[in-house]
Parts: sequence; structure tokens; C-alpha cells
Amino acid sequence: MPVHFNEMYDGGYVRPPYARLGDWTESMPAELRHLKQAEAEALFRRIGITFAVYGEGGDPDRLIPFDMFPRVFTQAEWRRMDRGIKQRARALNAFLADVYDRAEIVKAGRIPAHLVWRNEAYEPAVAGIRPPRGVYSHIVGIDIVRTGPEDFYVLEDNCRTPSGVSYMLENREIMMRLFPGLFRENRIEPVDGYPEALRRTLASVAPQKCDGEPEIVILTPGPLNSAYYEHSFLADLMGVELVEGQDLFVEGEHVWARTTRGPRRVDVIYRRVDDAFIDPLCFRPESMLGVAGLMDVYRSGGVTIASAPGAGVADDKAVYVFVPEMIRFYLGEEPILQNVPTWQCGKRDELKYVLDHLPELVVKEVHGSGGYGMLVGPASTAEQIARFRERLVSDPGNYIAQPTLSLSTCPTFVEDGVAPRHVDLRPYCLVGERIELVPGGLTRVALTEGSLVVNSSQGGGVKDTWVLAE
Amino acid sequence: MLSRTAENLYWIARYMERAEKTARLLEVGARIALMPGGVDGYRNEWDALLRASGTAEGFAEKYGDAVQRNIESFLFFDTDNPSSIAACVGKARENGRVVRTALTTQVWDALNTAFQELKALQRTPRSEVPLSHMVDWTLRHCAQVRGAIEATQLRNDNWDFLHLGYFLERGDNTARLLDVKYFVLLPRIDFVGSGLDNYQWATLLRALSAHRAFHWAYGGDVTAHKIAHFLILNPQCPRSLRTCAQGMSDHLDRLARGYQRSTPVQSHARTLLGELAEMTVEDVFEEGLHEFLTRYIGEVGRIGQLVGEVYLSGDVR
Repeated sequence: MPVHFNEMYDGGYVRPPYARLGDWTESMPAELRHLKQAEAEALFRRIGITFAVYGEGGDPDRLIPFDMFPRVFTQAEWRRMDRGIKQRARALNAFLADVYDRAEIVKAGRIPAHLVWRNEAYEPAVAGIRPPRGVYSHIVGIDIVRTGPEDFYVLEDNCRTPSGVSYMLENREIMMRLFPGLFRENRIEPVDGYPEALRRTLASVAPQKCDGEPEIVILTPGPLNSAYYEHSFLADLMGVELVEGQDLFVEGEHVWARTTRGPRRVDVIYRRVDDAFIDPLCFRPESMLGVAGLMDVYRSGGVTIASAPGAGVADDKAVYVFVPEMIRFYLGEEPILQNVPTWQCGKRDELKYVLDHLPELVVKEVHGSGGYGMLVGPASTAEQIARFRERLVSDPGNYIAQPTLSLSTCPTFVEDGVAPRHVDLRPYCLVGERIELVPGGLTRVALTEGSLVVNSSQGGGVKDTWVLAE
Repeated sequence: MLSRTAENLYWIARYMERAEKTARLLEVGARIALMPGGVDGYRNEWDALLRASGTAEGFAEKYGDAVQRNIESFLFFDTDNPSSIAACVGKARENGRVVRTALTTQVWDALNTAFQELKALQRTPRSEVPLSHMVDWTLRHCAQVRGAIEATQLRNDNWDFLHLGYFLERGDNTARLLDVKYFVLLPRIDFVGSGLDNYQWATLLRALSAHRAFHWAYGGDVTAHKIAHFLILNPQCPRSLRTCAQGMSDHLDRLARGYQRSTPVQSHARTLLGELAEMTVEDVFEEGLHEFLTRYIGEVGRIGQLVGEVYLSGDVR
């Protein structure tokens, strides 16, 4: 068994940021804890925060389990992450602006051409278009794991439409309601500025043809989408309309919303609909979720789409390997946050290593997300490994492999008390006129003992994430 | 406001009002079940109530004979019945979920709490859910939603679309209930002597939550004339056709003022209101009660359709 870094207990001592939480748990009898847990669940239900899981069927109103034990970072730890995340978000956007323009990085031989041009997420339809301020990915979700006191790794980048930020906000609201005392004793940086920062960011990338205050909307696939709650939550907090494809239409040089007063011009669309569905004339013709003609307006500078179509080419797991190169190439800096060592199964010698070491590796699909279609070697049976091996051999270019990281753990409430469980972190970096990051993020926790899969679609839970003020 | 948002708001109100109507039908049915009288009479009453909710055929198809327990299931729990309380509360909440941003926290909370409690009720053994509980539960939650709307929603166009839904649905419900029982109000039955008639009329008033209000408003003998006046023309009665027409007209006027655009639907509602304000009960009976009600239901339907064309389609420039 590898030794996992426990973020609270360091060889019997309580690490300073968690100092006050020891007393807090000890002074809380089991009955009170169950009462608070029930109260938290009732609050989530009443607010209506739910999460539907694809492929499971059943209850579309399932709750993501909320764990009341907070995860805590010191100001110094956060400062380093803050710099590293912003650096990465800047480099990813520079890469996108480059590959849809002159592709200098490819010409310089710093990233293999096929990873860009033959990437499914590369969108020829937007080549040559420069979006406002050159920003492609306006909301960058960077998943970070920790393996030691000073060891932070980026697990993956999400440049399209990272979800979960509503949990970051609601987890905090609920903790403040349940345990106001904790917030008096600890000086915790607030996260509730996020919606306003997001609105500011979107307004700062209004299109050329917009004069005056830009009209911002959030485009959702609709109430059946698993993240619908989040879409409506953000629209509400930002004070913008939440629209579906059917509410928008293109006429002349602009996109319009159907309102009770007649058509209303739309300038910035924060879309939570995938590229393939946003315009049936340009992408999938059968899509009912998009707006016919949207891409024409986009190309002529009549509307901003956030994130820009084609942004996904930067968050591909095969491209991920080259993000440190991007940072060096575009920014002339050394990466502050490290990548996890990664084997590209498309390379013959690396594939051989992966096949020889499957039981100890994590293997992921290049385009997959949400914890689907992956193999966690140490947690799999010989039979599961054998089956995965067949898939891997038949299409090696579709997979990458990483060592099974010994993810840090954070104390978590379990049936009979408190026990360590593995966690990761997703902060949400906003890129517009400025780059902004609220101090915090979404901590996901693998609730099953020993499990390393934190995805909510795979039974993970969430925690409030604190950054302590100086 | 997005046209789709207006549509969702409008349907939240319609479904909640419909749930309330169904609950009142159940209450009336429960009273009938406690009355002495032949099995046939009881069955006829239930049939009339099912017809009033427009679901008699759906019921017969699924359950056959009108057995009380089945009727309760059908009107309360059965989501195959689009007018059942479970279906209405579910759809109201679903419409609310879609337009969360247009509702205050309290209104959403009221809708969502009703839905969550309903799910708990659905898991409870039927023997532990008496009919009176179903009725009280529904009326309470409908009142909570309406109260939250009154107390917390901004008086903007959201508010108008919610109320348009309420008044349209309510006017339609009153007219349909009256229509099902119109024969007991025909003028040839001038005086109500027999126990059966008395209780038929009481049933009608109860079904419209107007039993006590009626006596406060009129006093003296119960006559067909008075009942028809109360439920059709009296502006004091909260469910009368006149009150509902007034409500529709008021909210359409507010919308037209707010949007600075008069619309055909506004003039349509005004015409209907003008007619009801001028009419006497004699006029109604002269036209024929059934004919009058049929025409009214058609008018309300037309207003609903025009609201759709003018405000909910998003196509009108």
C-alpha cells in the first residue's frame, strides 16, 4: 500500500490550516452530525440542486452527496496554485489563437501536427477568425491533484464548458448556514464574487458590432440536461436570460431572442451546448439544440460565443502532454504547476510499456470525460484488465496512460465517524479582458474507501473548499 | 422577457389551478359518498364530476366502473390522467424548474416542496392517506404557491402571465362545472324542495368553494336564479365567469400598457367582460344556459389562443 498524503494529519500532527477543525469534529456528537447532514440534504433538495447521471436512467433529481468536512488551503498554497492556473489558462488560449491562425507552434515542431489537424475537436470552420480579445476559452476548469505538501499536478484541462461551479457556490452557502461558528473562527476567503466576475468577463468580450451594454445570455440544452440546475443558477445570479436554441434566431447580421416584446438582439452567448450542436447549418444538421445560421453571425463579428467553437482542441488528453511546451513557447516561462507523467499509447515504445504495466496504471480515452471509459489498474480485476487491453490494442492512439497517483486524502464524514478519502480540485479561471480566479474551487471526493475516482457521475461527492486569508 | 418564459409561467398557474379544481372535485365526491342514497345516484354524481374534469372516458377505459377508491387513485395519483393532482403538481413544478430565474425563491420553494411531499405521499401506503388528507394537502399547497406569488413576485410582466394562467383556467373550470350540472339550474325547477335537488345544488356550490359565500352574498331561499347569478355574473364571487373575465382583461391591459402596444387579445377580453357586465340572468337563460356556457368556453379558449399568438410565439413584431 502506498502512503497517501493526508492533508489534515501529518505524522500524528494536525497541519496548521486544519488546526481548528479537529476540535470542531470532536465536539460534534454523532446525533448532531446526522441532524446537520439531514439538514444539508433537505436544503439541497429544496434549492433543487440535483444532478442527473447519463446512462443510469432513474431519478433525474439525484443529489450529489455533500460532505460537510471542508477542505482547506493556506494562503501560500493558494497563491502558488493561483499563479500556476492563470499561467496555464493564458498559455491554452495562446495555443488556441495560434492553431486557428498561423500555427507557429506546429511549424516550430513543438507539437506534432497530427495532434492538431487530425484532432476531432479541431474546428476548420473557425480557422482565420479572431474572436474578441483573442480569447477562445473564457472559462477554464483545471483539475488539480495533490500528492504531497508541495506536490500539485494538473490532471486535465477543461477548455469547453467545465461544469460544477454552482456546487462551489452552494456548498459554501450551505456550510455558512449550517456552521456559522466555523466562519467566525476561521478567516475564509469568499467565493461569492464568481457570478459577477463571470458577467464582467463575458461583457468584456462583446463583439465588434455591439454598441452599448452587451446583452448576454446563457444557452442551455434544456431542463433534461444534467447540469440544467447550474445553467439556471448562473443565469439568475448574473441577471441574464437563460435561453434554449428555440428561443434564438438569426436575421440579418445578428442573433435575436424571441421575447414577449418582440425580437431582442443578443451579443454574447455563454453556451453550455457542445460545438457539434450549436448550429445545424454548420455542424450536425439534425441538432435541435442550436441556432441555424449562428456561425455565420459569429464569423462576421456579430456575436461572441463563449467558449469559442473549436476550443476543445486544447483540452484533449493527447494535447495535454504538450501544455508545458505551450507555456515555454508562448510565455517564455517555466510551468508553475506540473503535468502528471503521461504515456501516449499512440507511440509504439510507450504503448509497450503501458501494456506491460497495465495493473499499476490509469488508462484514459483521449476524448473521454466524466470518468467514463477509463481503467484504474490497481482497482480492476484481471478480467477487466484483459478486456480493456483488447480495446487498447485495437486503437492505441485513442488512449493515454498515467501512473496511479497517490492522491492526497482529506478527512471525510463516513458512517461511523471521520476517515480519510481521496480528493481532487477544480478551480474555475475566467479569461476576458483580465484573467480572474476566485479563491476556491470545487473539491470532489471519492466516497468509497480506497477509490480514486472522484467523478460525480461515478458516485463521487463534493466538499466546500476553503482558502484561508493571511 | 423570453416568450418561452412567459409560456412556462402561464402554465405553472394553469396547472396549479387545475390541481385545485381536481381536489375540490374529490372533496365533493367524498361528501356524496357519505350521503344516504342509492348506489346509482352516487355513481351518477361521480360520473358528472369526471365529466366536469374532462376525464370520464380516460377513467372508464382504465378502470371501468366508478369505484370510489379507483376514482381517488385516478384523480390524485394517476399520472396517466393529465388532470390528476400528481400530474398537475409535477407539470407545474417542471415548468417552474425551467424558469427558476423568473420565480422568487419562495415561489420555487412552494412548488418544489409540493412536489417533494407528493413523492413521499406516493410512497406511503394508500391506507394511510385518507381522502380528506389528499384534499387538504392539495388545497394547502395551491394556496402556498398562490400566496408566495402574491407576496413576493415583482408586479412586472411575470406576474401578469402567471395571473393570466390562473384566470383563464379558473374561468374555464367554472364554466365546465356549470355546464355539467346545467340541467339542475334550468328555470323550470323554480323552487328547490326535494332533498335531492338541495344537495345537487350544494354539490355544485361546494365544487366551486362557494357554498358559504353564497349564503353570505344572498341569504334567503336558494334559487336557480340566484345560483346562476352568483357563479356567472356576480363580480364578488372569486370564481364567477365575470370575475375571471375581469382578471384576464386587467392583466392583458397591464401587459399592453407595459409593452406600449395594444393587441387583439386585449380587445377580445374587453369585449367579453363588457358583455358579462351588461348581462342579466334572464339574458343567460334566454340564450340557453348550455349554449351560453359553450360560447363562453369557446371565448376563453380563443383568448388563450390569442395570448399564445401575441405573446408566447415571439413572432409578433
